[in-house]
Amino acid sequence: MSNTTLPNKFVVGLWDHEEVYLHAIEHIRHKGIEIYDSLTPFPVHGLEDALGLKETRLHTAGFFFGATGTTLALSFMTWVMTTNYPIDFGGKPYWPVPSFIPITFEMTVLFAAWGMTLTYLVRNKLWPGRVPRIYDKRTTDDRFALVFNAEKLTDAQIAEVKSLCQTEGAVEVKDKVFAEGEGL
Amino acid sequence: MHAYESEFREPLINGLDKNYTKITDDLVAPTERNSAAWWIATLLTGAGALFFVFCLGWTVWFGIGTWGLNKTIGWAWDITNFVWWIGIGHAGTLISAILLLFRQRYRTGINRAAEAMTIFAVICAGMFPVFHMGRVWDAPFIFPLPNTRGPLWVNFNSPLLWDVFAISTYFSVSILFWYSGLMPDFGTIRDRSKGKLRKWIYNILAFGWHGSAKQWQRFESLSLVLAGLSTPLVLSVHTIVSFDFATSVIPGWHTTIFPPYFVAGAIFSGFAMVETLMIIVRKLFKLEDYITINHIESMNKIIVLTGSIVGIAYITEMFIAWYSGYLYEQFAFYNRALGKYFWAYAWMMSCNVLSPQLYWIKSMRRNIYVTFILSIFVNIGMWFERFVIIVTSLADDFLVSSWAYFSPTWVDWGIYLGSISVFLFLFLLFCRFFPVIAIAEVKSIFRTSSEVAKAERAKAEGAAHGGFVLKGALNKD
Repeated sequence: MSNTTLPNKFVVGLWDHEEVYLHAIEHIRHKGIEIYDSLTPFPVHGLEDALGLKETRLHTAGFFFGATGTTLALSFMTWVMTTNYPIDFGGKPYWPVPSFIPITFEMTVLFAAWGMTLTYLVRNKLWPGRVPRIYDKRTTDDRFALVFNAEKLTDAQIAEVKSLCQTEGAVEVKDKVFAEGEGL
Repeated sequence: MHAYESEFREPLINGLDKNYTKITDDLVAPTERNSAAWWIATLLTGAGALFFVFCLGWTVWFGIGTWGLNKTIGWAWDITNFVWWIGIGHAGTLISAILLLFRQRYRTGINRAAEAMTIFAVICAGMFPVFHMGRVWDAPFIFPLPNTRGPLWVNFNSPLLWDVFAISTYFSVSILFWYSGLMPDFGTIRDRSKGKLRKWIYNILAFGWHGSAKQWQRFESLSLVLAGLSTPLVLSVHTIVSFDFATSVIPGWHTTIFPPYFVAGAIFSGFAMVETLMIIVRKLFKLEDYITINHIESMNKIIVLTGSIVGIAYITEMFIAWYSGYLYEQFAFYNRALGKYFWAYAWMMSCNVLSPQLYWIKSMRRNIYVTFILSIFVNIGMWFERFVIIVTSLADDFLVSSWAYFSPTWVDWGIYLGSISVFLFLFLLFCRFFPVIAIAEVKSIFRTSSEVAKAERAKAEGAAHGGFVLKGALNKD
């Protein structure tokens, strides 16, 4: 996968308290400044609203994966018991739906869980050996980061973003430049 | 921003020196230091695990005849151990899924280790039915695989087959749940590791996680839906395990109370095993601030609840056996309590029903030594419960001439004790290389449920009320 389309120059603001950070995001967005990315050590409640992220469709995908499992299990067992190898169990019906329920349920859960997790990995671009772009090492520890794409900003705008971060309570503001093709 | 929490609720993260940095340091520390005790324990349990493999090899080579089974008692320690391990494997998903849906914050301190425990327990559990088949190499045919014998399919009416689906689904979904939660924490370990190799390994384990807002958003959606799926799943698994018995026509097994009774028992034994392990882990890894007495008390409340449910189930079974007027059922239950296995029944009753009643007393619920000893009692009691159900119901058959007694052989002992070694061995590896406590989740409750947050709020409140600080806010005994 090529990263040539990714920007390489960034301004990174770091906060140490999530509530200050959330207020900062609201104010910065209010000024019409575009936030490139946001990194936090844990899921901060209210972050997606503050950033104006669209709701994820992952759970909808999960429903369809689950429905696939249900259909597959029911139709397979029906085919086996009625068409492919019908067995007479003491005159009982060939199509014993109640005893299909446990397996149908398990297959629904299995398909929903695997389908959703794999979709999650693909959409989040997560795989073993992926080298992520680390804007600051402490974002998985104790810092909440906002990343701005410096390539889209003029020098004056960069200075404005930096000073805005500082007035909004950032504990550190810095430039971050990645080498061409470094990380994802 | 954060949900309001009563000032009188005890903190879940103790210590006024805590902040995000300190939490990371404390929780990653166990993966960053070597200890002689860990090596000794790992080598010992590793040797035990090898003995387990040896005993299984012995079984495969010489056949099931090396076990103490006989014609009358065709299920004994193997299935006892299977159900026991599956039961233990219930706490993990219960803690992660059901407590997540019920918004119980105390789950954050114990969910990771409990989920790991679940996975290792299910691995141990799976060994027993698979090797009980005798011809292990035919094991894949428990799944409905296309074959050249007909095609002859598996019997979709059989609870044994439902069990295959339930347990394999449970195992794989538990792994997904556990691992998706681990990725962010592996990212944390990666970003603070010094060595190049260590960084590389933890980056692979983290799947390249870096914690962007979109990743977290999807993460939360995934964990919520997995929790919603796992909650009925965890209940279905032990229900189906109980169907193995309940749908048979053996007196003592053929009872409709089994599904809820088995599920309650599974939660009961699972929590007991979590306590046994976590009491040791919190001490050895100095995690007392994160797995507090408050956590232990919460678990003990669940233990007294589920223990009492199990107790009511035992008594109900007895009553119904008498009330049914069905001679064989009455005979089976008479034998259970007063027959040749009366000692197993006595163990079961005293460990499972009587001993947890101590937890009605608050000081007992909050006593670590009492909790540790009782958790072992519960583990023993729940093993005996399965033994009582399985062996005593089979031993005195319909025909007097086939009445029998089960005695385990050294192979039975070896496989049973060996499976405990395998379990502990895997758990020790987990403790050394994986974060035992879910770092990101603990951080997410820091602003509401830590001692620091409570002290800060009490201070703010005090300032608002003219210097008066609510006494309960700083209270933790």
